[in-house]
Amino acid sequence: MRWFWIDRFTEFTSGQSATAIKTLSLSEDHLHDHFPGASCMPNTLILEGMAQTAGLLVCEHGGFTKQVVLAKVSKAQFHFEAWPGDTLTYRAQVQSIKDDGAMASVTSHVNGQLQAEAEIFFAHLEQLNSRGDKLELFDPYDLFSWLRLLKLYEVGRDADGNPLKIHPHMAESDPHLRSSAVAAS
Amino acid sequence: MPVQQAEVFEKVRNCLVDALGVDDDEVTPEATMVGDLGAESIDFLDIVFRLEKTFNIKIPRGELFPEDILSNAQYVREGKVTSEGIAQLKTRMPFVDLTKFEADPRVTNFGNLLTVQDLVNYVQSKLP
Repeated sequence: MRWFWIDRFTEFTSGQSATAIKTLSLSEDHLHDHFPGASCMPNTLILEGMAQTAGLLVCEHGGFTKQVVLAKVSKAQFHFEAWPGDTLTYRAQVQSIKDDGAMASVTSHVNGQLQAEAEIFFAHLEQLNSRGDKLELFDPYDLFSWLRLLKLYEVGRDADGNPLKIHPHMAESDPHLRSSAVAAS
Repeated sequence: MPVQQAEVFEKVRNCLVDALGVDDDEVTPEATMVGDLGAESIDFLDIVFRLEKTFNIKIPRGELFPEDILSNAQYVREGKVTSEGIAQLKTRMPFVDLTKFEADPRVTNFGNLLTVQDLVNYVQSKLP
């Protein structure tokens, strides 16, 4: 199983808000194992999708260079179950971003109805590896590939409303972009 | 309690109830953040965010919880905060009564020092 709990972004404004969708399919294994005979989406995985939506919003604000981890869910309410065939729409709103962490409010809707709401905190870690280099939580190229699958650079906007540019840290991880940058210079 | 202080206390209490999941009546002025209300390190970040939003104030990193002093070898010897460290804490935390801590300044005692009243005093010092 791959730990991707959003399918793509449909809206993304740097440092402010993001909307992502997750469509549920009966072919997903976890739907059958949670409550046998009642294949609803586990709330914990909905929360993970909400956290991924907000977490990437926080990560992007730091140019994908900071170690952002889910630190605390201070509130989570689920109003009804989500079932195969439903599309969950997660909307994250940044409440505050500081040097040491961030807070976001996130909702989940199904067919326009509020399905879940949460308040999520993220911490910025400052871990170093044994050589004293900054530890990366994700391989930058894997992360960049994921961001492209999520259509971040297709729908993303910076705070001024301009299309989101590929972040230097992400561009450096891609051999094709690196070689075109060398050819251009 | 002066009117403004009572209002500040009520709002601080709401912040702590939301951040820590405690009951209203547990949040008394004398309650300690760690010992009585069970706050953990990540909760302090949560509390800072809520206080900033509720009171429209800015809380610079390390101002409310100056952990940098406690991790600085210059101010800590053999697990105890030195007199120089205590002086730093007094300068940085004028809103906290450090009398008890001075009598037994073990770093491990510091976590249980801050009370709800200290938070109220701190917020009041930031208000215009």
